[in-house]
Amino acid sequence: MANFFLFSVIVLAGTGGELCVSRAMKQVGEATSFHPAHIVCVVLRALRQPWMWVGVSMMALAFFALLGALSIYNVSFVVPVTALSYIAGALGGVIFLHERVSFWRWVGVLLVAIGVTLVIVGKG
Amino acid sequence: MYKELIDEAPARQESLRRHRTLKPKTFLMILVMVVCGPLGNVLLGKGMKQVGAVGIWPVSHLLSSAVSILTTPSIWMGISSLIVFFVAYMLVLSWADYSFVQPASSMAYGVVALLGYLMLGEHVSPLRWVGVAIICLGVFVVSHTTPRTTN
Repeated sequence: MANFFLFSVIVLAGTGGELCVSRAMKQVGEATSFHPAHIVCVVLRALRQPWMWVGVSMMALAFFALLGALSIYNVSFVVPVTALSYIAGALGGVIFLHERVSFWRWVGVLLVAIGVTLVIVGKG
Repeated sequence: MYKELIDEAPARQESLRRHRTLKPKTFLMILVMVVCGPLGNVLLGKGMKQVGAVGIWPVSHLLSSAVSILTTPSIWMGISSLIVFFVAYMLVLSWADYSFVQPASSMAYGVVALLGYLMLGEHVSPLRWVGVAIICLGVFVVSHTTPRTTN
């Protein structure tokens, strides 16, 4: 049960945090140049978006939850976490950011999730 | 019917033009991310190993730990690298879909395996190479979709 709770926190807070950062950046709008002054300007504008702070806090929560999980469980714990994050990410993109995930993008996301799983299993 | 085609043409050209300019800068930012992210983690890990176990109590231990963390060059290089990673991440998300960037940035797993093999002479298991190959295939498929599908 504690296992499942920790697991959900890592996936939801990790992916949710990234989705919130995405939402903030969509509000900021497209960065049109790579000039350092423009980049600083974009970053400062991003820091004024509430979604940015929600996102970064959630990412921090997921990070510490993962550290905690790894101190209790084996590294194999991260396998389903990372694989599920890609599925949750694409779903979140559709629901929370109104992105259109085409059939081929789903195929790519699934391949990536499978590949990442093999990489982590292959490391152990 | 012809009229519809003609009316659609400028819009389609506009979307094609935007598509062409979006892709290179999206790939550039993802390249920066997949190099700087793992590099930052490795440098930070290396730096923390040099520092050793961090003492928290008594306060004098915490202070001396803090001083040794802040005076370790690899830690500063690691932090800088991770800042570059996050800025590239923010920039690319300002114009590209999250559902495009997230799978594409998993190329980092390939970079880590390749760098470990070439620079550190690490053994990379066949299963891991297969995983990297499938990730590459997945990223290839994702990269053929439009980077941006919102307004």
